[in-house]
Amino acid sequence: MMDKEIKREIMLDHYNHPNNKQTVNDERYKSVHNASDSCIDDITVFMLAEDGKIKDVKFDGIGCTICTASTDIMCDLVTGKDLSEAKAIINEYYKMVDEKPFDEDALEEANAFDTLYQQANRIKCGTIGIRAIEDLINEYDK
Amino acid sequence: MFDVEKIRKDFPMIMNHPDLIYFDSAATSFKPRSVIDTVIDYYEHNNCNIHRGDYDISFAVSKRYDDTRKTIARFINAKRPEEIVYTYGATSSLNIVAINFAKKFLNKGDVILTSEVEHASDVLPWFKAAEQSGAIIKYVPFPKSGRFDLEAYEKCFENENVKIVALPHVSNVLGFIYPMKQIAAIAHKHGAYIAVDGAQAVPHIKMDVQDLDIDFLSFSSHKMLGPAGIGVLYGRYELLEQMDPVFYGGGSNARFYPDCSIILKNTPEKFEAGTPDIEGVLGLGKAIEYLEELGMDNVEEYGKQLAGYFISKLEKLDNVTVYNHGAEAGIVTFNVNGIFAQDAAGYFNKQGIAVRTGNHCAKMLDQIIGVNETIRASMYIYNTKDEIDRFVDVIKETTLEKCVDSIL
Ligand SMILES: Cc1ncc(COP(=O)(O)O)c(C=O)c1O
Repeated sequence: MMDKEIKREIMLDHYNHPNNKQTVNDERYKSVHNASDSCIDDITVFMLAEDGKIKDVKFDGIGCTICTASTDIMCDLVTGKDLSEAKAIINEYYKMVDEKPFDEDALEEANAFDTLYQQANRIKCGTIGIRAIEDLINEYDK
Repeated sequence: MFDVEKIRKDFPMIMNHPDLIYFDSAATSFKPRSVIDTVIDYYEHNNCNIHRGDYDISFAVSKRYDDTRKTIARFINAKRPEEIVYTYGATSSLNIVAINFAKKFLNKGDVILTSEVEHASDVLPWFKAAEQSGAIIKYVPFPKSGRFDLEAYEKCFENENVKIVALPHVSNVLGFIYPMKQIAAIAHKHGAYIAVDGAQAVPHIKMDVQDLDIDFLSFSSHKMLGPAGIGVLYGRYELLEQMDPVFYGGGSNARFYPDCSIILKNTPEKFEAGTPDIEGVLGLGKAIEYLEELGMDNVEEYGKQLAGYFISKLEKLDNVTVYNHGAEAGIVTFNVNGIFAQDAAGYFNKQGIAVRTGNHCAKMLDQIIGVNETIRASMYIYNTKDEIDRFVDVIKETTLEKCVDSIL
């Protein structure tokens, strides 16, 4: 389990200063839009993958702390990974928010969300961007 | 004024959750013991279908079901109980009106006048009516204050063939009471009908459809102490007579023949095909009796007092922006500066406070108040100033760190 102070710092850092939050206007990128029907979170993710490898992931939109930080962290985690590796990471993330045993080492900073499952009404916030990333991986993996 | 502490004892949800601060009554209200008992009594002692059974219980329940129309008619001062149609809620009432207008009253190029700041249930049925009839949707311009602007409204009739005005009496996001009597008079002056969404109004203010001189009024039982699944469509009798049911089936027809002709029952029964929400109707009747006992003038006054008190306390805080100064109907809409509404609400939830965040089904509202997400605290007869004080203490101390901590 990650220390609470560290988790808070990770979340606020990725919320206040996200590394990957920008709109991409580059035809080589594919994009997926994902919005919650029950809250405001509304995110578009842009991905560039070549030869089965993720070169770059960016996102933009409106999101709460959980939505923004989780998407930003996942962008960091899957950049540079093979599509299959990236999928495996996302699967570990889903296990974590589903309160199932998961591989902590695979998730690095995303461990900050290891108690998100306790807030049933916020799990959606923590998966909106991740689902968009997953959709893009599947799109490239076709 | 009524005794709030006594009222609170009538609500099992409050007794069962003494520490919960429930500020989401605009979404759905709590129900008093008498309403819950009425529903249970139906299942335990009076379970039957209505208007079909040749036995005492069915006869007695059918009478109570029919008599509830009189209760509702009295409550909103309809001319006659036949003007009360039972529906499944405000949304279904609004759809019945819109579907009939598309079919019977609207022609290509006619104008449906509504507003951008309203609930989806008030707007989307009219989008469809426009699509089906070739009519055009136009929006009443709203000033940044979110207040209804009668002058701007009347301008909408210039050079336009407005056939129907579709507006709420109380806005569900900003809690303002619109000047419905004037709105209706202007609509009628220009030969238009007026369909009023009363979902947020009927629970909070004294309603008099004759004095307001409105053509339709839609509302839901569950927001006014009654059970869910039951609502009301009030319509002027002559108009209801001209309208067709949306559903056909048992209970709404008198006769039908092999050549496919149907003789419908009279208004309002012709609209009520299928077994209705019987226990819902009985429960709604009880809810109205409860409200009548408190007096709707008192209910309205209390909602205004609560909203006024809450807003005056929030205005003293420097970390809060209030969007509906002077709100009347128990609704306060605000944000904690620099904190995403949902993050703040997550923290409030941890502190035992239930509010709603988002755009409150009014997805075009951001164009008026300049933000697309707010916190809406909505109060009703059982809420107290003490709850507001406790909530304000929490708001005062709300920081982004605390919001994040609430999920760690
Ligand atoms: C202004 C307004 N209109 C219509 C509705 C729809 O009511 P119901 O969901 O009960 O049909 C609501 C409920 O939120 C509302 O606030």
